[in-house]
Amino acid sequence: MKKFVSLFLVLVMVSAVLCGCGDGSKKPGAEWNKGYEQRKLNNEIVVGIAQDLEDSLDPHQSSSAGTREVFFNIYEGLVKPNSAGELIYAVAEDMKLSSDGRTYTFYIREGVRFHNGQSVTAADVVYSIKRCADTSGGAPLVAAFSAIEDVKVVDEMTVDITIKARDLDFLSYLTVAIVPENAADLATKPCGTGPFKYVSRSPQENIIIERFDDYWGKKAELSRVTYKIYENAETLVMALKGGAIDLCAHLTSAQAKQLDEDYFQILEGTMNLVQAVYLNHKAAPFDNEQVRQALCYAIDRQQIMNFVADGHGTAVGSSMYPAFTKYFMPELTDYYKYDPAKAKKLLADAGYPNGFDMTIMVASNNKPHVDTAEVVAQQLRAIGINVTIQQVEWQTWYDEAYKGRNFQATIVGLDASNMTARALLERFTSTHSKNFTNYNNPDYDALFQQAISATDDAAQTAIYKQMQRELTETAANLYIQDLCDLVALREGLTGVEFYPTYVLDLSTVKFTK
Amino acid sequence: MKHAAKKLGLMLLTMLIVSFLAFLAFQIIPGDPTNTLLGSEATPERVAALRAELGLDRPFFVRYFDWITDFVQGDFGKSYSYSMPVADMLSGKLAVTLLLAAISFLLTVIVSIPLGILSADCGGWFDRIVTVLGQVTMAVPPFFIGILLTYLFGITLHWFTPGEFVSPGVDFWASAGYLVFPAAAIALPRIAMTVKMLRSGIMGELNKDYVRTSHSRGNTRRATLYRHVLRNAVVPTVAFLAMTIADIVAGSVVVEQVFAIPGLGRLLLSSISNRDYPVVQAIIVMMAFWVVLVNFVADLINQRLDPRLRLQ
Amino acid sequence: MSERRRNLYLRVGLAITGVITLLAVLGCFWTPYDPSAMNSAEMYASPSLRHLFGTDNFGRDVFSRVMKGVSTTYLISLATVALGAAVGVVVGALTGYFGGVIDDILMRVNDAVTAFPSILLALVFISLLGFGKYNVILALGVAFIPSYARVVRSEFARHREMNYVKSAHLMGATHRRIMFVHILPNTRAVILPTLVIGFNNAVLAEASMSYLGIGVRSPDVSLGYMLSESQSYMSSAPWYVLCTGMTIVLLILGFSLVGEGLQQEGR
Repeated sequence: MKKFVSLFLVLVMVSAVLCGCGDGSKKPGAEWNKGYEQRKLNNEIVVGIAQDLEDSLDPHQSSSAGTREVFFNIYEGLVKPNSAGELIYAVAEDMKLSSDGRTYTFYIREGVRFHNGQSVTAADVVYSIKRCADTSGGAPLVAAFSAIEDVKVVDEMTVDITIKARDLDFLSYLTVAIVPENAADLATKPCGTGPFKYVSRSPQENIIIERFDDYWGKKAELSRVTYKIYENAETLVMALKGGAIDLCAHLTSAQAKQLDEDYFQILEGTMNLVQAVYLNHKAAPFDNEQVRQALCYAIDRQQIMNFVADGHGTAVGSSMYPAFTKYFMPELTDYYKYDPAKAKKLLADAGYPNGFDMTIMVASNNKPHVDTAEVVAQQLRAIGINVTIQQVEWQTWYDEAYKGRNFQATIVGLDASNMTARALLERFTSTHSKNFTNYNNPDYDALFQQAISATDDAAQTAIYKQMQRELTETAANLYIQDLCDLVALREGLTGVEFYPTYVLDLSTVKFTK
Repeated sequence: MKHAAKKLGLMLLTMLIVSFLAFLAFQIIPGDPTNTLLGSEATPERVAALRAELGLDRPFFVRYFDWITDFVQGDFGKSYSYSMPVADMLSGKLAVTLLLAAISFLLTVIVSIPLGILSADCGGWFDRIVTVLGQVTMAVPPFFIGILLTYLFGITLHWFTPGEFVSPGVDFWASAGYLVFPAAAIALPRIAMTVKMLRSGIMGELNKDYVRTSHSRGNTRRATLYRHVLRNAVVPTVAFLAMTIADIVAGSVVVEQVFAIPGLGRLLLSSISNRDYPVVQAIIVMMAFWVVLVNFVADLINQRLDPRLRLQ
Repeated sequence: MSERRRNLYLRVGLAITGVITLLAVLGCFWTPYDPSAMNSAEMYASPSLRHLFGTDNFGRDVFSRVMKGVSTTYLISLATVALGAAVGVVVGALTGYFGGVIDDILMRVNDAVTAFPSILLALVFISLLGFGKYNVILALGVAFIPSYARVVRSEFARHREMNYVKSAHLMGATHRRIMFVHILPNTRAVILPTLVIGFNNAVLAEASMSYLGIGVRSPDVSLGYMLSESQSYMSSAPWYVLCTGMTIVLLILGFSLVGEGLQQEGR
């Protein structure tokens, strides 16, 4: 008898353990939707992101595309881009440009409030611009602001910004975030004017934002958004499949394929990045142009797209992506046509008949880049180069490769902080603080100086194109593609708009009734 | 009591050695932290200033002494990559990992002890099935169990939502409910080992003289088992379970990754990758202290269970 | 325990281990396909005669990858055991045989270190040394030294007092000779199972580290690395996860059965 009693007890325990916290009779569908139904009631969603924000939340200090993507919802500049890529007024409601093209007079919009409740005044705008133009710590936070001669308050709601010489791109840089003059600690307590306000952050876990009810423009539809960080590509897919995430951008086609069509709609846009194998020009043998060219011939971009995105994406041949219709040069795309035999020959000519060893560093959280690295490695092995892939955490990548310039080759996508060619091309000038590839080409530097001082739009465009050609001809990097951006959106949600820059606007996302 | 005091002394000594080794390792091998913080192109003045600020210009033993006194007071220094105190970074994560370990340990105990006793008691086919299953379970890495559990209970049956972890501070029961699955992944191999241990302990004990004596005095096999044998057989198992706690901690590092749980393990891994040594050092030393402490407690419990050990 | 049962452990264990070892050895020299060759025409192919274990998201043959992965895991574990055991045996033999103050100190340090799960110890070393295959071997090897040293020490301390050692002494044998010619062979019944268990721990640790992304790196393939890779494709290519996972299970199971068998033989 005792035997049966104890046996029974064990069975109860084991089954209690196996069942976790409930009975085993729930219908999967209902349970799957439980969290979602609750969120729908609260009018909130969870957005999955693959990388944590930077250590400091100061909008002027941030330099990673992932951080900018989130901040787009919290901060605004005097002007901001819309989904067509045009600049629209944001904190300013009007602007006048003096006849010599040097003085911009901005009229601040009435009733724009910061998230702390204060109204935006001219003093805040001047403070924000000056903060980014400040040179006391070396280079200014926004390089283009070194052209600023003077910023001054005209009256409570009017600001004059004077630059040293006419600059066609200058307005685009005024998308820089406007922050309150007396903001105490922007690094930990973001405070802007955007449609969402910052609530809290837990490093490596989440960032929570809420609708800002005093927003000047069309208010956000959702009342609350939680960004959840999944630095591990595997768990990201699990979380999507399990129903923990409602919206997630930047998926590979293989990841998207795992998702159930009944629960997710897959939207396709472009990521608006220049994905490439970026080479460190100070690391041998990439100081040798012939070697770089050989590598360019060894890359089969169509095959990469086939593996990573089912053939989607747009091949690029220089540091410009197609959304910049004005500057993009499709003719550069096939400058180095896939030709392994030629690659081998060039490599031999350069003194490496037997190839060499190289390491590609890639951030492990970014599945598209990791997969691309696998394919690239395989392609380079075909011409005798022994490639090792070094997967590191994103933060490590950022510190080591991007800030420390301590890498040989890396795969990443570089985005544009605003819709100017300068935002993509300036970083390859030899003295630029973000020139992490150490590209050093006096001709290129000279062209850049000509471009920024050009007064005629057509002439400037021509020079920017010349700069792209320069990058391609010197094989600065192994350019691959502008990735296709697959966004998984929960059935029942709508309103995702694709922008020509790397942002995710959440203010238009809403539940369908 | 005297014995306990001696053990306590030994424990403190061990902690001291552990902390010293950890400090030594993190001082010598990684090179100059100013390099990590400022990059290789910093000016000598800035390097010197930072060295002074971090206290690197003082002698080694002075630094160790300062560090360990700060450590026991809960000041673990400042993180390199997140410029916040390490203690603040740890506080939330520690609770998560402790809860995970506790659930895992609880599972191990409540499943393995009855199972081990029954297996020894019933014998026959039941014993055989338990033994075979146990052998196989021991061979499955916890993270593979984790993947299978996620797939089975998370994605197919939807008993829990993978990735939707709530921290225990927000909703304790929801958090614990989620953690049951990773805890099971860690616990399963431990359960198999404990069952085996307990079973063979009981079997060994049953062959001893006093059992025969008890039988000859007319006690049934079962009465002997539950009244005398268990008490003796459980002693090595308690020691084993204590060691299991150390393994559970190690297992949690890996399994947290499978279930996307923001605990100490996740933080440890990213800090290792970021070369954020103050954080790595703090976590490692903390885990070590914990393990040593648990062993000490297990020792004391053993004493109470087995009077013979008190005389040693 | 019956004679038959004991042999069963050893027999089944040897059979499983034999198959896996064969795969591993073969994997060093030959695989049906190039384990890293990609093929866009055969992505996510399910298991068939062409591809025994199917293919992955790059159209790579999973069976070939498993073969390659087993041999990497195998080699790393063997190297780890060799390194750990070599140092551990010497340290354990010296301290156990001579005893004294050094023994006390070393054993206290040893206690401090063994209190610590070896994978955590390996993580510390990795964080200090950097990533990669050879650092994994070094880190795990060092992390496992104390566990061997402890076993060997207690065996040597026991044997030191035995008559055969005393008589060897009287016959004028040197310490070195006594330690390694007389005592060491007599401890094999204890050391051999320890080595086998150590091998298993090494397999598990390597798999965990590679799974966490701090072990081997592409183009090297190990079972743990493959498991983390395949986890994303659980629903479109479940065979990838399952075949890889089951191979690890069999590898560990085989050795633990052999260890079990050896332990019981020794009793």
